[in-house]
Amino acid sequence: MSKVLSAQEAVAQIEDGMTIGIGGWGPRRKPMALIRELLRSDVKDLTVVAYGGADVGMLCAAGKVKKVVFAFVSLDFIPLEPFFRKARQTGSIETFEIDEGMMLLGLRAASWGVPYIPTQIGLGTDVIKVNPDLKVIDSPYDDKEWVAMPALKLDVSLIHVERADERGVCQIKSPDMFMDEWFARAADKTFVSCEEIVETDFFAQDDESRFVFWERSMTTGVVHIPGGAHPTSCQPVYGFDVPHTKEYNGFAKEGGFEGYADKYINGKTEADYQEAVGGLDAIRQIPLPVY
Amino acid sequence: MSTPANDYTLAELMITAAAEAFRNEGEVLATGIGMLPRLAASVAMKTFNTDLMMTDSEAYLLSEPNPVTGRTSHVGQKSETWMGFSRIFDNVWSGKRHAMIGPTQIDRFGQANISALGGTYDQPKVMMLGVRGLPGNSISHGNSFFVPSHSKKVFVEGECDMVGSIGYNPDRLPKGYKLDDVKISIIVTDLCVMDFGGVNHAPRLVSLHPGITAEQVVENTGFELEIPADVSTTPAPTEEQMAIIQEMDPKNGRAYQIKGNPKGDRS
Repeated sequence: MSKVLSAQEAVAQIEDGMTIGIGGWGPRRKPMALIRELLRSDVKDLTVVAYGGADVGMLCAAGKVKKVVFAFVSLDFIPLEPFFRKARQTGSIETFEIDEGMMLLGLRAASWGVPYIPTQIGLGTDVIKVNPDLKVIDSPYDDKEWVAMPALKLDVSLIHVERADERGVCQIKSPDMFMDEWFARAADKTFVSCEEIVETDFFAQDDESRFVFWERSMTTGVVHIPGGAHPTSCQPVYGFDVPHTKEYNGFAKEGGFEGYADKYINGKTEADYQEAVGGLDAIRQIPLPVY
Repeated sequence: MSTPANDYTLAELMITAAAEAFRNEGEVLATGIGMLPRLAASVAMKTFNTDLMMTDSEAYLLSEPNPVTGRTSHVGQKSETWMGFSRIFDNVWSGKRHAMIGPTQIDRFGQANISALGGTYDQPKVMMLGVRGLPGNSISHGNSFFVPSHSKKVFVEGECDMVGSIGYNPDRLPKGYKLDDVKISIIVTDLCVMDFGGVNHAPRLVSLHPGITAEQVVENTGFELEIPADVSTTPAPTEEQMAIIQEMDPKNGRAYQIKGNPKGDRS
C-alpha cells in the first residue's frame, strides 16, 4: 500500500473548524511546506496545537485560526513570534495557554484513549484561572487536588521527518524527535512530509530502525518535499534560515504578513518558493545552530 | 583556600553568586537559561557540586559542561545520555532538577511571569512567550531567578500580570500543599542577592554587591523587602572560579550580558 500523495491532496483533507497538530519545536523541523499549502487553501477556523514557531504565526496572520493551544510561540533566536503576538494583542484569537509538559500529557491522553491525565502542573498559577474549561479535581488516592489535563484529540497532524518509505515508516535522525510521536498518535490522520523517500529495506540496515518512533499504522500519508522544513531546521540535513526568518520578522513592522505571503507563498508553488529562497542546494547548506 | 579575585566584572560576580543556587542541590539537572545562568551552573558543576548534570541545550546530557562561546559543532562534547525534550519532562516531574531563569516579572510571593503584560488576558498589551515550562518547573523542583537589571518593572508591586509559576502565596496554595513545598532558592540581580527566607517566606535581602546600598535595592524593588540588621557583601569570585569562567566562555560573551559591563566592585 502506497501512502504517497501530494501536498495539495494532504491539505485537502483538512476541513474548516478542525483541530490540527503541528510537529517540531519553535524554529525546528516544522512541516513548513505543508503549512504553506494550508495557507494557499481556503480552510479556516482551525484550532492549532503546537510547540509553536512561524507555523503558528503564519496561520494566525492569514486568518486561518480560531484558537491556539500553546505553551509558547517563539522563533527562538528572535524570542517573540511577531504575528502571533499581533493576533494576541488584537484579541483576534481564542487561546488555551498551558505548560509545555501539559501539552505532552494532553497528546498522550489522546493517544492512549483516556479523557485526561492528572498532573500537579498548573496548580497555584493563572493557568487554572484563565482556562475555565481546565478542571481541578480530587484524587481517589490522596488528599491533594490535581489538574485534569484533558486529551488533546487532533483531527489531523502535520509532521516533517528526514526519511519515510511509501508505506509510512518515518525516520527522524535529528538529535530530538520532540513530541512528534505523540502528535502522530493523537491524530485521526497524520500527514508527514519528508526529505527523502527510501525503499523499505533501508530500515533493515544496521540500526536505522532505531530512529523510527511510531509504527506506520499511525501515518496516513507521505509527501515527498525535500527542503520542506525551510525556513525551520531539519537536523542533521540543514539548520534554520536566520536571514530569511529575520526578513519574515521584518514584515511585521513593514509590509505585513500580506507582503511576505505575496513574495513567497500566494499564487506560487513550493518549487517557486524554493527558487525564491535560493534553491534546495542552498537550503541544504544552511549551517546547524550550536549553542 | 581559594584566593578572591581583585579584578572582576559585575557579570562575573553575578555568575559566582548564582552558582551558589546549585551548591546544595545534590545530583540534579542544572538548567541555567541564558548565558550567565548557564555559566553559573557550569561553575557549580566544575567546583563545589560535581554531581550536577547539564545538557548541551539540544538533546544530550553531558558529563562535562560545554563552553558557552567558541564552539562550532557538537562534535567531541562529553555526552552521557540522550536527553530530548520529552525526557526533560520526565526529569522535571521527578524533581531532580534546579532551574534558573530570568522572568520579566517577579512578585513578592516569588510568582513569575514570562507570558504577557498589561491589558486583559484575552487581549494583552504586550504578548511575550507564553507560560512555557514555568508551571511545571515551579511545582516540581527547585528554582532560582536571575535578573540582569533590578527594577520595579521586574519586581512588581502587586501580583504578576500573568502568574506563570507557583510561589509562596497562601491564597493560591493548592489543596494538600504547604508553602514549604515550594522551593525558590535565590534571586541574583545586578544589585544584590535575595531569597524568600523572611517571615512566612517573605522576600529578604541576603547580600549586597560591593558598592551597592540597601537603599538602592529598596528604591528599585516594587514590594517590601526584609532587610536584616547585618547584610553581608556578596563574595568576590575566587581566582579558581575566574579561571573556570574564562575556560567556559573563552570569547568573553559575558561582557555583553550586563549593560555597560561594569566592574564588580562599584564602591
